Amino acid sequence: MRRTVAIFEDDHALLLAVRDARKLGCEITEVLSPHPVHGLDDVMGLRKSRLPWVTLAAGLAGLALGTWLQYWTSAVDWPINVGGKPFDSFPAFVPVMFELTVLAAGVATFVFVLGRSGLFPGKSVKLSEPRTTDDRFALYINHKEGMPAKTELHGLLRGHGAIACREEDC
Amino acid sequence: MTTISTATPKASAIHHATPQPHAPAHSATDIPLITGGVTRSDVTRNVMDPIEQGVNGRWWAAFALALTALLIGVVCTWYQIKTGIGTWGLNRTVGWAFDITNFVFWVGIGHAGTLISAVLLLLRQKWRTSINRSAEAMTIFAVICAGIFPVIHMGRPWLAHWVFPLANTRGTLWVNFRSPLLWDVFAIGTYFTVSLLFWYLGLIPDLATMRDRAKGLRKKVLGFFAMGWNGAARTWSRYETACVLLAALATPLVVSVHSVVSTDFATSFVPGWHATVFPPYFVIGAVFSGFAMVLTLMLIARGVMRFENYITMKHIHAMCKVIVFTGSIVGLAYTTELFTAWWSGVGYEVFAFKNRMFGPMAWSYWIMFGCNVIAPQALWFRKVRNSLGAVFLITLLVNVGMWFERFVIIVTSLTRDYLPSSWASYTPTWIEGGTMLGAFGLFFTLFLLFCRFLPMICVFEVKTVLPPSTGSKGGHH
Repeated sequence: MRRTVAIFEDDHALLLAVRDARKLGCEITEVLSPHPVHGLDDVMGLRKSRLPWVTLAAGLAGLALGTWLQYWTSAVDWPINVGGKPFDSFPAFVPVMFELTVLAAGVATFVFVLGRSGLFPGKSVKLSEPRTTDDRFALYINHKEGMPAKTELHGLLRGHGAIACREEDC
Repeated sequence: MTTISTATPKASAIHHATPQPHAPAHSATDIPLITGGVTRSDVTRNVMDPIEQGVNGRWWAAFALALTALLIGVVCTWYQIKTGIGTWGLNRTVGWAFDITNFVFWVGIGHAGTLISAVLLLLRQKWRTSINRSAEAMTIFAVICAGIFPVIHMGRPWLAHWVFPLANTRGTLWVNFRSPLLWDVFAIGTYFTVSLLFWYLGLIPDLATMRDRAKGLRKKVLGFFAMGWNGAARTWSRYETACVLLAALATPLVVSVHSVVSTDFATSFVPGWHATVFPPYFVIGAVFSGFAMVLTLMLIARGVMRFENYITMKHIHAMCKVIVFTGSIVGLAYTTELFTAWWSGVGYEVFAFKNRMFGPMAWSYWIMFGCNVIAPQALWFRKVRNSLGAVFLITLLVNVGMWFERFVIIVTSLTRDYLPSSWASYTPTWIEGGTMLGAFGLFFTLFLLFCRFLPMICVFEVKTVLPPSTGSKGGHH
């Protein structure tokens, strides 16, 4: 499959180009940028991440584990009289319940954000425009039915400030 | 590329159509956070070049000094583990002293890192971007230093795993979850893990930038740790959500950590320890000491690494204001303690504080009070905040003062509690002093290695707060 690549030097110009290219019926395959570009999610029509639900679920699992672990070890498996305190010393269990909630939620958030984005240690990547991790923005549009002609698209992208437009295989 | 300007209807339409809560709000009167008219690629070069070019003589001198201190610490630690903690100056009355003082001090130092990276992220304080990476690194190194002390204090550190609720051969005798010392294990373990993940997550985009500038083996190693990061829009979107989530988790976590540490004291019946004010008092003291340490390190890094355009006077002023604010609350906490002791009408409590202020160890109380409450007040004056030397001196004094705060709380309360016949004094041995020096050595060794191999400034985040006119060559505003 072929795709059009446009390179930008400015994030604001990129936003305008993405917006107008979508209006013309192009599907934006990917945008690579050296830093998060605010407003890009909206212009690209990206769905909001559901990661907060993962964090919540993991946090609740951590809380449940913390509650069960302390109750079971202290009051069920081997109850020990410590200074005459009740075996099920609920108020004293709160700090560890809280810490395990945060630990589970934090670790799950980290693992899921990388996993969902397909990132893992040692993964290799080939960037068609190496400066996208420095100061350039790259806009990728995969060719498909109903999209504007090459000259029209290039004209639009260059009109919005693209410093280079090219066609390549993907 | 300069054909698009915000004056065109298209551009202004997109500005209105897409609310940009994070976008830099620069007005004419605003002093930019990043000065010197740097562009995006300047940011990359200025931060990455020192790492790629290697280090100068000053770095080696500092590293040699830090490593020497660390080696002294290693020797002392080896000796006391081999011989036993009878090598310390403790006695039957004073069972906690230098070791726990150092533990609480280092845990406290870590707090500013989390505050800067998490709380200031949630509060959308843009000045954090230049300092958050190194402050977070400082958190991780400080927590490592802190963790060493309780492990040594166990006397038999090879049994350190007994603090975890693991099934064992004693009929599975579990740990005591009612003990604040066990809460410490969970609080500090969680704090370390979450801080490390948050820090690493923040490093990934910058590691990718380093990877794409490197060649050969270096590129491979960096590529391994950069996890195939390519800066895709969807990834950035998830990434930012994850950062906000981790910040939201780290914020109550950081409050919980020093609150839990304070319960090591507050849940006991020792006069001067048994106070409900302890958790907030410890947390604010931790933030205070942590900010002082961040500023100490930033002032050094700014000079040595030539980061004047990134760590600007605006950053220094902001941190000074946090120090004077938290220092004043610490002063309030000291006064509250005195008031509570008097108001309680409990003779032992009143005596504990009289003993702190006028007893045989009064010198330590007044060092604490002078360094923590009086010295930072000078930061109310712009003239003082503008003088780097004065600010540096004050941050050092605060570090000293906060170390003494923990010493005063722990040692003066223990030396003279209820029964005068068991009163005793305490003098540290050179082993304890050497271990403390070793912790500083470890901290600075790790910090110098961090400066040498990793970007000290969060490159991708600084790029988002560049003044609009300099974000790219010949920008659009």
